[in-house]
Amino acid sequence: MVVTTGWYLALGAALFSMGAVGLLVRRNPLVMFMCVELMLNAVNLTFVSLGAELGDLGGQLSVFFVLVVAAAEVVVGLAVIVAIMRRRSGATVDDLSVLGG
Amino acid sequence: MVDLIWLVPALPLAGFIVLIFAGRRIGEPGAGWLATGVMGGSFLATLGVFIDMAGRSTHDRRAVVTLFEWIPAGDLSVDIGFLVDPLSITMCLFITGVGALIHLYSVGYMHGDDGFARFFAYLNLFMFAMLMLVLGDSLLLTFLGWEGVGACSYLLISFWFTEPANATAGKKAFVTNRIGDWGFMVAMFATFFTFGSLNYVDVLDASTAGTVAQGTATLIAVMLLVGAVGKSAQFPLYLWLPDAMAGPTPVSALIHAATMVTSGVYLLTRMNPLIADSAGWVPDMVAWLGVGTALFAATIAMAQTDIKKVLAYSTVSQLGYMFLAVGSGAYVAAVFHMVTHAFFKALLFLGSGSVIHGMDGDQDMRHYGGLRRFMPVTTGTFVVGWLAIAGVPPFSGFWSKDEILTFAWNKSPVLWALGLLTAVLTAFYMTRLIALTFAGESRYAEQRTGEEDAEAATRRADHTPHESPRTMTAPLVVLAVLAVVAGFVQLPFSSSTRWLEHWLEPSLYANEVHLGTGGATQVLLAAIAVVGGLVGIGVAVAVYVKGRIAREPFEQPIFADAWRIDRSVAAFMGGPGRRGFEATNRFDGQVVDGAVYGVAGLVRRLAGVLRMFHNGMVRTYATGIGLGAVALLAWFLTRSTL
Repeated sequence: MVVTTGWYLALGAALFSMGAVGLLVRRNPLVMFMCVELMLNAVNLTFVSLGAELGDLGGQLSVFFVLVVAAAEVVVGLAVIVAIMRRRSGATVDDLSVLGG
Repeated sequence: MVDLIWLVPALPLAGFIVLIFAGRRIGEPGAGWLATGVMGGSFLATLGVFIDMAGRSTHDRRAVVTLFEWIPAGDLSVDIGFLVDPLSITMCLFITGVGALIHLYSVGYMHGDDGFARFFAYLNLFMFAMLMLVLGDSLLLTFLGWEGVGACSYLLISFWFTEPANATAGKKAFVTNRIGDWGFMVAMFATFFTFGSLNYVDVLDASTAGTVAQGTATLIAVMLLVGAVGKSAQFPLYLWLPDAMAGPTPVSALIHAATMVTSGVYLLTRMNPLIADSAGWVPDMVAWLGVGTALFAATIAMAQTDIKKVLAYSTVSQLGYMFLAVGSGAYVAAVFHMVTHAFFKALLFLGSGSVIHGMDGDQDMRHYGGLRRFMPVTTGTFVVGWLAIAGVPPFSGFWSKDEILTFAWNKSPVLWALGLLTAVLTAFYMTRLIALTFAGESRYAEQRTGEEDAEAATRRADHTPHESPRTMTAPLVVLAVLAVVAGFVQLPFSSSTRWLEHWLEPSLYANEVHLGTGGATQVLLAAIAVVGGLVGIGVAVAVYVKGRIAREPFEQPIFADAWRIDRSVAAFMGGPGRRGFEATNRFDGQVVDGAVYGVAGLVRRLAGVLRMFHNGMVRTYATGIGLGAVALLAWFLTRSTL
């Protein structure tokens, strides 16, 4: 059995869907955060696969940008989550709707 | 020397700045001497410029000294600059000269007042604004001074603001003047619209060249007249001037007799080419308005009991003469009378201040009488002022008034007759004032009508009236001398003795009317005027000194009540006027504000609806993003041409 590019794309799509569904159904901020990471990496996988298939370095280059953005996002996001958890432990994102305008 | 003209307004401004910040520390009398000193410096600077200008030829006697650009705005460019020409220098000479004398007088008059330094700060600020008014090289700079003198007038009328009446008088002056200011502003807009410039030199040269349509010139001239009527207290905007007497007497002398109130006449004289370009009825209107006001105010002055009110209505009346002169095309006569009036009316006001000072603040002439025994210098100088205003030769008032009456005759004998009648009344009411104040028996210690306290008269008897200090009498003497000799600057005997006319020539653009009246007629007219003045004096002497004729026919209640106009205006403003203001207020509250609030309310309600989508649930947002992404994808796919 040859693992073609199609398999990688399918895996990427499956991971992205799992992340998206997880983001929508879970209320724990930490888990939702992991779901976002899952979606980002699913996109990364798709970039790499298509880059290899088309022989274009641009795909792999985009991954670097995504990784940098994701790292920055993790730094800020985790800091926010830790701050919230200190103040109100066990809070869900629905409890945080008070932050809405 | 001409380049130093900026010193003339700069010195009073510097005095004001020092006094407003450090006046209290300088205290009395230092603050007064400082203010007087800067005015003296200002006068000397003006004198220097005058000597320079007088030595030049006629064509060379106009200079514009620009300091810096003030407002650069598109086509409009306004400089801080001074128009130095015979008219502005003449104005400056008597403004700074009389101003310095009145400053000196105030050192004595304001002695012991809590606001001593504040008074001199305002006085210096006034002088700065007044000098900007006459020296400014554009209508806008003149307007700056125009508003400045208005503000200072307000500050000084209500100087003793703890009395509600004084504060009200200040407000009345300010509000009435606003009507005139409106006219000035419209004239200014129309001028800029027509000439594309507000500079006097541009406007007047273009107007003299005859490039202005008659309708436009008429509009500008009429609007300037509205401004002048407000500032120079002509009918029907004269109402504020008699009330302005609530201020300290030096203020009445300086602002409400000698300088500020003449600025309307100055403005009309300055803009004489525009009046020449406008429709023929404009000068007629100015002349009739002037002579009407002169006669009207003179009748009121006949029956006043407050010494300052008599002089106030007399000022309104004399300003009417100046308007008559402007309307008759006798600009030289208008400026001439402005100068002589500045001297003798300042003298009379300062003399009345001296009397009030000696009578411990009492202004009612019925309480005076026989003051010649107590105040010799005041009496002597006052008599000179009286002879000058009554038109007795060779005092200055005779020459200037005669000049105006001759030109009035030239325009219309009716104007002349009304002017003559005013002159007779003037001689009458001034003689009445002199008789009640200085002649006869002293009445200060008499029991007064309506006085409950029987002891009050006895207490007053211990307080004999006293002559004023030197600082007050010295200016009186100087002004008295000027009131005698000022007439000699323009003697009607031959062309070569009309010095003022030759001097002013460059400012008048040959718009001065040429007299068609023969020499013999002129002498006859002058003789009639002198006889008229003497008749006025004689009747007043018979009534008030000899007591041969009853007073009542002359002191009609309607004169004392100022023809009920003031009261009618007050009643109108309190009744229908007030309802009108309230209606506009309602219109403003409900229609204008309603529109603004309505738009704001609509936006707020719309925002309330949109707010429901912003509920703070992160997962709702995520769903939104997801659905949005799917929708976009679907759109691209369906449109795809692949």
